[in-house]
Amino acid sequence: MKTRVLGIAALVAVLVTVYVALAIVPPDRNQGDAQRIMYPHVASAWLAYLSFGVTALSGIAWLWKRDLRFDALALAGAEIGVMFTAFAIWGGMMWGDPVWGVMWQWEDPRLTTTALLLALYVGYLLLRRLTDDPERRATRAAIVGVVAAVDIPIVHFSVEWWRGLHQTATIGSPDRILDPAAPMAFVGTLLGMLGAFTLAWLYLMIRRYQLARAEMRNEESARRVTLRRARTAEAAQ
Amino acid sequence: MDDAGYVIAAYGVIVGGLGLYTVTLWRRLRAARDRDDEAR
Repeated sequence: MKTRVLGIAALVAVLVTVYVALAIVPPDRNQGDAQRIMYPHVASAWLAYLSFGVTALSGIAWLWKRDLRFDALALAGAEIGVMFTAFAIWGGMMWGDPVWGVMWQWEDPRLTTTALLLALYVGYLLLRRLTDDPERRATRAAIVGVVAAVDIPIVHFSVEWWRGLHQTATIGSPDRILDPAAPMAFVGTLLGMLGAFTLAWLYLMIRRYQLARAEMRNEESARRVTLRRARTAEAAQ
Repeated sequence: MDDAGYVIAAYGVIVGGLGLYTVTLWRRLRAARDRDDEAR
């Protein structure tokens, strides 16, 4: 019931903030309406970091505690993180074309390291399909999830460490987001969309975790049935 | 609106994608829970 209320709250928050971003907040003086893409683009990027962070921490927790609930949480983070990374890349391409004149540039460190992040966690999801043994799968996935997370700070700080097309960080840069010169309408809309998308993320994480746990129980049931049949066949011989 | 095509494409894919993923997740969860109930 609580999760359903969270889902309804997230839906309302996303719809309201999208309406504000598209119809209420004025266009940017230099970039025009294309700048409106910044709101879901930044929110998606933030949630990609958060999701993969959850995957890495849950992977460490699995390696330490050997509790499959941590593996379920890690899987939820990876799948939802892949989705938000794809949204961030797509939003960036749609914003980049009218503003930079190109959708994509492989020489740009932020773009390339983000593409690498997407590839690493798609690989994580594919790796999970290689074995049916839940413990072996969880251990392999945890190692990949933790190693892949090294790319998260590289993505974030790439705009500070190397030169490229992409602007410097918005999130984690108080000078930028709390700049008194930044119109409050822009900052408020960005923070509103960050909050709305984070609510939606929380709802999806809970549902995806529940799905992972149900799938684990189904796998366990199927294994027990196979074992029982094998024993019955053995006894009949 | 300037660059309306880009803005619509960006919001359409992101918000539409969120909605589509949510609906797919509900269906997957229902199917998994049905199998779970059958097994019990």
